[in-house]
Amino acid sequence: MRVVGKPLAKVDARAKVTGSTLYADDLIFSDTLFCKLLRSPHPYARIKHMDLNAAKAVEGVVAVITGNDLPVKYGILPISQDEHALESEKVRYVGDPVAAVAAFDEETAALAAEKIRVEYEVLDPVTSIEEALSEPTDEPIHDYGGPANIHKMAALSFGDLEAGFAEADHIREDVFFYGGNTHLPMEQHSAIATYVNGKLTLWSSTQTPHYVHRTISKVLDLPMQAIRVVATPHGGGFGGKTDPFSHELAVCKLAMVTGKPVKCTLTREEVFYAHRGRHPVLMWVRTGMKSNGRITAMHFKTALDGGAYGSYGVATMFYTGALQTTTYDIPAYRFEGARVFTNKAPCGPKRGHGTPQPRFALELHLDKMAEDLGLDPVEVRRRNYVSPNTTTVNWLRITSCGLEEITDQVLQASSYVNRQRAVGHGMGFAVASYLCGAGLPIYWNKLPHSECLIKLDRGGVTVYCGATDIGQGSDTVIATLVAEELGLWPSDIRLVTGDTGFAPVDLGSYSSRVTFMAGNAALDAARKLRNLLAEVAAESMGCLPGEIVTGDGKFGTLSFEETTQLAQERFGAISTVGSYRPPDLAGPYKGSGVGPSPAYSYSAAVVDIDVDPETGIIKVNKVWLAHDIGRSINPVSVRGQVEGGVYMGLGEALMEEQAYRKAMPKQPSMLDYKSLTSVDMPEVETILVETDDPEGPYGAKEVGQGPLLPVVPAVVSAVHDALGVWIDQVPVTPDKIMKALDAKAKGQAPRFGPKSFPDIAYPQYVKVDTPHVATQAI
Amino acid sequence: MLRLKPFRYLRPAGAEEAAAIVAEFDGEAMLVAGGTDLVPKLKRRQMEPSILVGISHLEELRSLRSTPEGGMEIGAAITLAEVTRNKDLEMHWPGYVQAASLVSSPPLRNLGTIGGNLMVDTRCNYYDMTYEWRQAAGFCLKKDGDACRVAPARPHCWAVSSSDTAPVAIALDATAVLAGPEGRREVPVESLYQDDGIHYTTKQPYEVVTSLHFPPRAGWRSSYVKLRRRGSIDFPIGGAAVALVIEGGRIIDSRIVLSGVASHPVVAVEAASYLVGHSLDPELVAEVADHAAKPVKPLDNADLAYTWRKRMVKWLVTQAVLEAGK
Ligand SMILES: Cc1cc2nc3c(=O)[nH]c(=O)nc-3n(C[C@H](O)[C@H](O)[C@H](O)COP(=O)(O)OP(=O)(O)OC[C@H]3O[C@@H](n4cnc5c(N)ncnc54)[C@H](O)[C@@H]3O)c2cc1C
Ligand code: SF4
Repeated sequence: MRVVGKPLAKVDARAKVTGSTLYADDLIFSDTLFCKLLRSPHPYARIKHMDLNAAKAVEGVVAVITGNDLPVKYGILPISQDEHALESEKVRYVGDPVAAVAAFDEETAALAAEKIRVEYEVLDPVTSIEEALSEPTDEPIHDYGGPANIHKMAALSFGDLEAGFAEADHIREDVFFYGGNTHLPMEQHSAIATYVNGKLTLWSSTQTPHYVHRTISKVLDLPMQAIRVVATPHGGGFGGKTDPFSHELAVCKLAMVTGKPVKCTLTREEVFYAHRGRHPVLMWVRTGMKSNGRITAMHFKTALDGGAYGSYGVATMFYTGALQTTTYDIPAYRFEGARVFTNKAPCGPKRGHGTPQPRFALELHLDKMAEDLGLDPVEVRRRNYVSPNTTTVNWLRITSCGLEEITDQVLQASSYVNRQRAVGHGMGFAVASYLCGAGLPIYWNKLPHSECLIKLDRGGVTVYCGATDIGQGSDTVIATLVAEELGLWPSDIRLVTGDTGFAPVDLGSYSSRVTFMAGNAALDAARKLRNLLAEVAAESMGCLPGEIVTGDGKFGTLSFEETTQLAQERFGAISTVGSYRPPDLAGPYKGSGVGPSPAYSYSAAVVDIDVDPETGIIKVNKVWLAHDIGRSINPVSVRGQVEGGVYMGLGEALMEEQAYRKAMPKQPSMLDYKSLTSVDMPEVETILVETDDPEGPYGAKEVGQGPLLPVVPAVVSAVHDALGVWIDQVPVTPDKIMKALDAKAKGQAPRFGPKSFPDIAYPQYVKVDTPHVATQAI
Repeated sequence: MLRLKPFRYLRPAGAEEAAAIVAEFDGEAMLVAGGTDLVPKLKRRQMEPSILVGISHLEELRSLRSTPEGGMEIGAAITLAEVTRNKDLEMHWPGYVQAASLVSSPPLRNLGTIGGNLMVDTRCNYYDMTYEWRQAAGFCLKKDGDACRVAPARPHCWAVSSSDTAPVAIALDATAVLAGPEGRREVPVESLYQDDGIHYTTKQPYEVVTSLHFPPRAGWRSSYVKLRRRGSIDFPIGGAAVALVIEGGRIIDSRIVLSGVASHPVVAVEAASYLVGHSLDPELVAEVADHAAKPVKPLDNADLAYTWRKRMVKWLVTQAVLEAGK
């Protein structure tokens, strides 16, 4: 391979570092109006009356709209259509938008928004999982779901759980809590819309232009073909820009009402309200083990604090139970999950979507079981690792799997096994796994998940694909794959991506699906083009197409330009198309749509820390992260993703928390919401393992999300290694460590964390037959 | 983004003129130096002056020199970054340089002045929030409201003194020169502060700090240890400044001043006095630190658990004493 696997500069690197990239907030058209949203100051209240007169009277105000102008409900999942762009009856969290103003400048819009009089009848807010589970004092937050403020519950049982526990030599139960946190992208959300000749165009900092496009069509009652959504270059998404948002719908509506371009950029504080971040999850796990460390059965229960709206939450809830089995072969497994509504900013998908929380619980739980049985925690894991080309008890198809290799390599690089033992110094180890794209689309259809079109004209190659580069480098991946096939350099390829008007569909940048799915679509189109060119080149050279060697801008002895000229002389205009749809992977049960993926990536982490027993302050010295990437399309890009994932994982482990006082967000600012600064970030040693996935493009798998997952439990495991206390709740702040040390000193359980798991009336579990494949002998 | 409200910016020719303008537009005008504390607060409407009087351009506020007696004079408009680069200060007043180097982040130290750092507003996480947030949570006594949100029982503000350099300046007996419309006066830095989160300074609002004076060093060693969540950017959630004179292995004079634990820098006079006459024995240091920490009562209005912050005061003092004694 000439360009695949080479550390070439990203195709957009020069524009990014020289400041010429145009982000959404950089876009401005003549006569642009500026939009400001008015948000609720109450966590929960009924809207009695709104008076817009004073706002409309402000000089420079062009339009003011409310929920009456946008009455259609929407939501990212078909089963949770519970949002309005602007609420007109009830507000459900501090920051819930109720009106939007368009004015000549931002200051005027803000001033006018402040002049809107809203009369509220304040209701008693629901602020915790426990409160949401019990009968509310006021009406439930939504008119669906239930009982109480439960949004959705599920219970699935695979294999014979009771028999599994009966076989066990040791059974253990643990309770964990994973605090909620947010994405904290550097770039705030921003959108600008125009409405010209009956056609609406929205430029937005979104990860999912296609889903935004669909939502606009529904909410504004416009035909799909009258809409174009352009995902602008990103200053970070991490899952925080995968829902359709109020400001996007408001600028579209205001552009239609005023006939002028309308723009809205959220303030930093508003980004915390837009949220859709990591769900706080309370977890209970019970596992049976043989004395040799082999798992016989596992029962996992979760309760998710969803905040005020549905968002992706039903999927998140299923994800908290789905991927336990993609690293460990669990012969009998039961999962019960519940997501509740509370009067806090809505939670949604964040890097790792619903899986960092159970991964944290699972890895620490296994550490504790190993300790109970006097076994080495690494050996306990190895004894249960899944093997390549197997099917899990919950029907997930495993193909390539580099668990053994990443474990070997990360242990060797970090000298974990022979680590120095000293009070205050510790190392922790954990593994994890993640999807390479959700196997099923968000709304049910049998269409391709990704499509690609390549246009060839007089030597110029342009690739059109809906895939959205959110900084993860998908443009570079697509250009590299096409360049590899055509014997060109990635920088030779022109790209039109993330544009629902000009490029064929891609479902969006979520679930780590783009390299795998858009990559395969691009490869499909590029190979067709290559064959076509090889045919004319072979004819001209008098050889067989299969004998044509490409590279360095050549097809055989012909230049790429000469080849394209011959092709155009013969065929006229030239373009090829490609598409990708994952194989049918869902198991035969309801709820099987969450978890299947055409491949899984694997990550293993070792974290080395010092923790001061007098203060509880942690210093992270180094992180080693080995990742089964399948194949690196661009190793520099891949390492960047690993380092970013480690950074975010450490933030979640140590300090990041979307905290509330009652229902009031406690720290919606970049100074008060703590994330690691560059001086807090340790050295990261990245080890890439290539397992050459049979279905990935050139064997590639994902790296955008997986590497975050093992970091969090590895940090906590290192704290235990250093001080002999378990912190069963993240973030691991110094005060929690001191409390655990106090408990230890008093002879109590040496831990900090939730004491119990609530009694939740989960539905009767669905009993699912296990797939007919041999699992490892117990 | 958050927008600044419009204001007039005046650029006086001298400190007295600056003071005269602020005095004339009583309550309407504020002094601004680097603006690193003030401007974000203006955006959040924690202050709403219609006139800002710039002072960082004034040459007379830009002195940085040793005095003939062997002390040091630092103009109020000298930046924190300039302090950290000064060799004389680093040699003889290391605690002060340490404190300056631990303020926020490099870009803010390039802009932020030492005068602004002495006068930095007290902080509270019910107050250092946007107008909209404060409106939603309920305004408080310090701005726009009538009750304290942290400790509502009493009409008193407990916002936290968050200057890193003030405690060290106090520990080193520094004085400040204040210019008013009618002339100048020199006061101990310690006397600039009082136990009131709203009116945290005893200085008149129009008085301009023109310079800070450190008396001759004469054997003083100093240190500053800061507690914060991250390695950069964060305000102190606790800090200890210590100055010691050690002769023949015995401490003959000592000062301990705490930051980030009350509405003013807290001078632990008694605790410090216990060190005098003794050598730096770890047990004694622990006892002294315990004594210094005992009266301190942090509240739930800053980062991390206040119970933990309380516990850390002793650790901070211990570290700072040991560091100064090195
Ligand atoms: C993100 C962030 C982090 C920060 N972290 C820290 C920290 O860790 N530690 C810390 O101590 N500070 C911190 N600060 C606050 C601030 O940056 C520093 O205190 C800085 O030294 C203030 O100086 P300035 O010149 O910018 O003051 P300005 O903002 O110009 O003024 C601050 C106040 O002092 C008054 N003032 C300024 N100069 C004079 C003068 N000569 N005479 C009389 N009054 C005057 C002003 O009227 C105003 O009330 C932080 C600020 C931010 C935004
Ligand atoms: S201590 Fe009380 S009065 Fe002072 S700023 Fe905080 S909430 Fe307001």
